[in-house]
Amino acid sequence: MKVLVAVKRVVDFNVKVRVKADNSDVDLANVKMAMNPFCEIAVEEAVRLKEQGIATEVVVVSIGSSAAQEQLRTALALGADRAILVESAEDLTSLAVAKLLKAVVDKEQPQLVILGKQSIDSDNNQTGQMLAALSGYGQGTFASKVAISGDSVAVTREIDGGAQTVALKLPAIVTTDLRLNVPRYASLPNIMKAKKKPLEVLTPSALGVSCACTVHTLKVEAPAARSAGIKVKSVAELVEKLKNEAKVI
Amino acid sequence: MTILVIAEHDNKVVAPATLNTVAAAAKIGGDIHVLVAGLGAGAVAEAAAKIAGVAKVLVADNAAYAHQLPENVAPLIAELGKGYSHILAAATSNGKNILPRVAAALDVDQISEIISVESADTFKRPIYAGNAIATVQSNASVKVITVRATGFDPVAAEGGSASVETVAAAHDAGTSSFVGEELAKSDRPELTAAKIVVSGGRGMQNGDNFKHLYALADKLGAAVGASRAAVDAGFVPNDMQVGQTGKIVAPQLYIAVGISGAIQHLAGMKDSKVIVAINKDEEAPIFQVADYGLVADLFEAIPELEKLV
Repeated sequence: MKVLVAVKRVVDFNVKVRVKADNSDVDLANVKMAMNPFCEIAVEEAVRLKEQGIATEVVVVSIGSSAAQEQLRTALALGADRAILVESAEDLTSLAVAKLLKAVVDKEQPQLVILGKQSIDSDNNQTGQMLAALSGYGQGTFASKVAISGDSVAVTREIDGGAQTVALKLPAIVTTDLRLNVPRYASLPNIMKAKKKPLEVLTPSALGVSCACTVHTLKVEAPAARSAGIKVKSVAELVEKLKNEAKVI
Repeated sequence: MTILVIAEHDNKVVAPATLNTVAAAAKIGGDIHVLVAGLGAGAVAEAAAKIAGVAKVLVADNAAYAHQLPENVAPLIAELGKGYSHILAAATSNGKNILPRVAAALDVDQISEIISVESADTFKRPIYAGNAIATVQSNASVKVITVRATGFDPVAAEGGSASVETVAAAHDAGTSSFVGEELAKSDRPELTAAKIVVSGGRGMQNGDNFKHLYALADKLGAAVGASRAAVDAGFVPNDMQVGQTGKIVAPQLYIAVGISGAIQHLAGMKDSKVIVAINKDEEAPIFQVADYGLVADLFEAIPELEKLV
């Protein structure tokens, strides 16, 4: 079966971003960018399904600027077979991305679509669920285990109190949680080979999707800074401060 | 304006996060209705009707909603939600699972994890692991929003007297089914609602050593949390993880033990009122956000702390 994986180019997870002086957005000029960590887990899961002989083809798709080709090449180096970039310079909402992905799903007809559970920039945690709604497919969000048998997939999900397993009819949408797998690194020969793999570039208008959105960002501010704390010398001093100064115990 | 709040529950009791969500709805202003979708959830509906400020409780009791599968519940909420100005749910794993599906069904964008209400259409939410706060405005006909519980003080669970109305609508998409679940059992307070949280990180060295934290927590009436490093190392189960991808907490007191303080962990606890860090590395980033820092070996400091509190 065919597996479609969506990946996003985001700021590297180790970078502590700063807000621009005019409060319009965070400053991403000259900041290291990378594949969203949850998307790496999604690519890894798809490649493992291929190695197990379950998936026959792994297609990666990204939506964004042409720079996102870099992350698609990374996914190809990790084992994906071909890539699709839906090029858009605009800042798209999750719903717009889900609509574009729906158009790609209609075109490619995958049996399984794997996305990360959230991107570490917007922290929305929406796209997978929205794509599932638009396509009418079942959704297995926050997956820590994915087991395909016949025409269904059993997804073990991380929920607030523990773990839950649901069975979904294929085709289905899965979003990855941290503990689904440990992504591999791309080897140098595979990085070289990835340069020759096919990468198709599409546009939202070619897919017939308009990206009008109903939510707009008015401003972006730095969070309130905490006032500097103090270092105590002993446990006794700590307990004394917590009891008499902070009054929290 | 009428606001629909989706009750968070397990068919038996209303989860505390529902009270914080109703509080957010009250800030928006307007009549507040609560939807209880489940199976055999009569007690939940009764409890919801008593929540202060709630005008009406809608109950959809159907086998299809027993485990709140989003394929079945989301169409129900979307159908009922068309007549409302706002649809709110707590940003729990259930709320996050279901609400984006509702938003897409209504063809509107969703706003995730709001921490404050500026006006009926303008909200604040953290982005980039809480390193920036965005103010967003929605012109959607129905505003679909998840609420970060720690951003709003809960309303009273008693004092209301809402009418209870049964909703007949049944949606069973037939694309998903519940197989089973494994819930962690704990006598300690729930992590996201606890007044005091004691968390351990990689510095705990192994799962057995968490007994020191449990002993301290029991004496303080605290919940026990963990960093991702402690969860990944298998010290404790992953529902104890505090951080950007785990639980978001904002207790009165947060005691971080053997936790370095990575960006992703801070995202889950930096709104705590008082933060205490106990770490033997005096350069650990956690000391930059801690109100009280103690540079010490945790294996000496924790038993001593337990004795003194």
